[in-house]
Amino acid sequence: MDDVLRVEFVTKRFPSVLANDAVTFSVRHGEIHALLGENGAGKSTLVKILYGLLQPDSGTLTLEGKPFAPANPATARESGIGMVFQHFSLFEGMTVAENIALGLPGARPDTAFESKVRTLSEEYGLPVRPTQVVGDLSVGERQRVEILRCLMQSPRLLIMDEPTSVLTPQEADDLFVILEGLRKRGLSILYISHRLSEIRALCQAATVMRGGKVVATCDPRNETARSLAEMMIGASLVQPISARPEPGPVRLKLEALGVAAEGPFGVPLEDISLSVSAGEIVGIGGVAGNGQAELLSALIGESPIAHGDICVDGVSVLGQGPSQRRGMGICFAPEERLGHALSPGMTLAENVLISARRRAGLSAHGVLNFGAAARFAGEVIAKFDVRTSGPQQTARTLSGGNLQKFSIGREIAQKPIALVAAQPTWGVDAAAAATVHRALIALAEAGTAVLVISQDLDELRSLSQRLAILSDGKLSEAVPTAELSLAEIGTLMGGRSLQGGMHATA
Amino acid sequence: MLRLEPRTERSRLLLWTTPLLAAAMTVVSAYAVFLIIGVDPAKALRHVIFDPFSSAYARSELLVKAAPLALIALGLSLGFRANVWNIGAEGQFTLGAIGGGAIALAFYGVDGPWLFPLICAGGIAAGMGWAAVPAALRTRMGVNEILVSLMLTYIAVLLLSALVSGPLRDPDGFNFPESRIFHESAIPPMLIEGTRAHIGIAIVPIVAIFLWWLTRYHEVGLSLRLLGDTPRAARFAGYSEARAVWFCLLISGGLAGLAGALEATGPIGQLVPGIPVGYGFTAIIVAFLGRLHPIGVVFAALALAVSYIGGESAQIAMSLPAAMVGVLQGTLLFWLLIFDLFVGYRVRLLGPPKKSVRATAESDREMSEAGGA
Repeated sequence: MDDVLRVEFVTKRFPSVLANDAVTFSVRHGEIHALLGENGAGKSTLVKILYGLLQPDSGTLTLEGKPFAPANPATARESGIGMVFQHFSLFEGMTVAENIALGLPGARPDTAFESKVRTLSEEYGLPVRPTQVVGDLSVGERQRVEILRCLMQSPRLLIMDEPTSVLTPQEADDLFVILEGLRKRGLSILYISHRLSEIRALCQAATVMRGGKVVATCDPRNETARSLAEMMIGASLVQPISARPEPGPVRLKLEALGVAAEGPFGVPLEDISLSVSAGEIVGIGGVAGNGQAELLSALIGESPIAHGDICVDGVSVLGQGPSQRRGMGICFAPEERLGHALSPGMTLAENVLISARRRAGLSAHGVLNFGAAARFAGEVIAKFDVRTSGPQQTARTLSGGNLQKFSIGREIAQKPIALVAAQPTWGVDAAAAATVHRALIALAEAGTAVLVISQDLDELRSLSQRLAILSDGKLSEAVPTAELSLAEIGTLMGGRSLQGGMHATA
Repeated sequence: MLRLEPRTERSRLLLWTTPLLAAAMTVVSAYAVFLIIGVDPAKALRHVIFDPFSSAYARSELLVKAAPLALIALGLSLGFRANVWNIGAEGQFTLGAIGGGAIALAFYGVDGPWLFPLICAGGIAAGMGWAAVPAALRTRMGVNEILVSLMLTYIAVLLLSALVSGPLRDPDGFNFPESRIFHESAIPPMLIEGTRAHIGIAIVPIVAIFLWWLTRYHEVGLSLRLLGDTPRAARFAGYSEARAVWFCLLISGGLAGLAGALEATGPIGQLVPGIPVGYGFTAIIVAFLGRLHPIGVVFAALALAVSYIGGESAQIAMSLPAAMVGVLQGTLLFWLLIFDLFVGYRVRLLGPPKKSVRATAESDREMSEAGGA
């Protein structure tokens, strides 16, 4: 018996969608097995079934040769499934040992337990001190605590859901070493990700899902990133072309911008300076929670700034509200589609009024022109290939990718002087992401200054001419993207400048 | 097992049929209550439902009761859409009566067509001023407007008592705590001779249609809807929450004040401590019964006016307890809130085994997310 896990003909139907359609694959002993697929391909449903959060309508699971049908996560864990979620569930005020003990039935965080944790962490090469308070740990270290917690129950199969989405490149490299070590000790890992390069480097097998079905099983080491992506989306990819004309005059300028932290867990911004020229796409990278939210609110005009200036075509927008700023030529596409960019209960035509009423002339002396709004929404829908029944459809009922296309399209269709787009392809499938990327490039080519704030380094590297990194509220100098290596980006994300040495407060 | 599931779309059909369902269930409940207290239910209900329509005078009284309810509820429903909860319309109504009444008394005996509009303006200003207090406290210090507006109601009622016992007392009134009876120029022109149906009733449809237009076609309506549904999107759209709070409280305070001035100068004709009879609170029921829609509110006000007049009529004819009107209105709100749940949710019939599995899976997931996997 060479397989740890066999999944045979697992089918799960939800009222509106067939999420898993006779899914069949197996994970071998000592293998890191990638589960690949776009959003909505059925990966999460399958993982939830494996972890006992959902029950399949039909099909069988076999774990170590024995039939396996977990009714809930507790039985899944007892049977030998460990799961590390994308978002951690750790208490910041407690120590590593206390956090681990919390997840284990009957465990008490005494010294014996601490030494057990220490032994395990040394054995598996997961350097963490059991007595350390979790609040003081970096994201990578917290992830190690989550993995340790799973290892305490000696699992047969470890499921990792998008583990590198929260890590810097260096932290990700450390994680790969750890996972490789676990694999050598005979643990099997089901690795869920859409980052094709890391799957090719790390995994020995890959199962590709599309539309709830397994469409391919392959050895990712023998594939290219492009061939894997094409399996995922079932079509050939058009790469965005980044050879673009020389940028023109500066259109958006941030001068020594300082912003107070948003809420107790926010990060204050210090002396952010950046200029974006006509025809240029500038990227701001970095892990979320390093001041991105504050920067976006300050640019939109939702929160006041402490000092500095924001200029559009040389005119300061300070003291102006979001609507006046749009009138001056700067538009915004926030990362949160429903609830910030769009109102879920309103129709697409009504949602157009939120941000486009001024530039698109949809409001005269405060009286709204619903006919014009519906026409504007119709243009966005047609131009950006938004799959919807029409402008009168309620925003809530659209899928994430279509909402994103609509949300970005609404801003692009206003032909702004400058556009700020936050996480423009977050949670969006590859086809929609390609549409959004092409639209951003076309907008820049038409003379708009485009600022993209994103966590996705692949996206920033393929899209932007210059790249700056936001770390702990400070922005590195924007340098041509082609001159930055991944290692250098990682250094910047860790809060150090490229000349060496730390920032004063980092 | 039964299970509540959120609907993806609010049911439009149910949204507008729930008031009717609630009214029907109120009649059923009232029938049961009458049975329990040993009253002939059919006879009592006949008084409640049909007496208000039995004569021309009764029908005019229906309008006299419905007008203040509608004016107040029209203002309240604006704020309720935008999460601005003015619960103190009763106080603003009382202040409107004081403001309008004080002007009428100040110009006692002075004749002129300008006096009555001035009285209305005074009532509006006084109501707005009273509502400005919770607006200022909420926008500057984040104080909850529900508590402030509600507590100001009691201050307003006591203020009225103090004034009619002191400075505004009728000098020839044998020390009764009442003002002079207002003179001809200070009272509203009558719509129907021989009744108490005054010009204020004609104001209601004008205000209702204007507010309907404002909420439907003007940015003000969009901003209030966004603030109520999706506050972050409202900020993204450039609509200030503080401005909306001021707008909603001033408009609802002003309309309540206008209703107060009309009530004091119209049906009552003088300032008495008993002017606040709960219109401001009943208007909250009216606003929700009318689905926070300006036109719906007008019909809801008529329905509640029926409960007042029919209830009083049954009370007098069959010597029922005075609390009966309140019981009827409370029951109506109770059923309305229950049926409102089904606008956003549907009931699902589930087999017991499936339900238990899903329930444990979900609670386990919540645990794993909160505590540790």
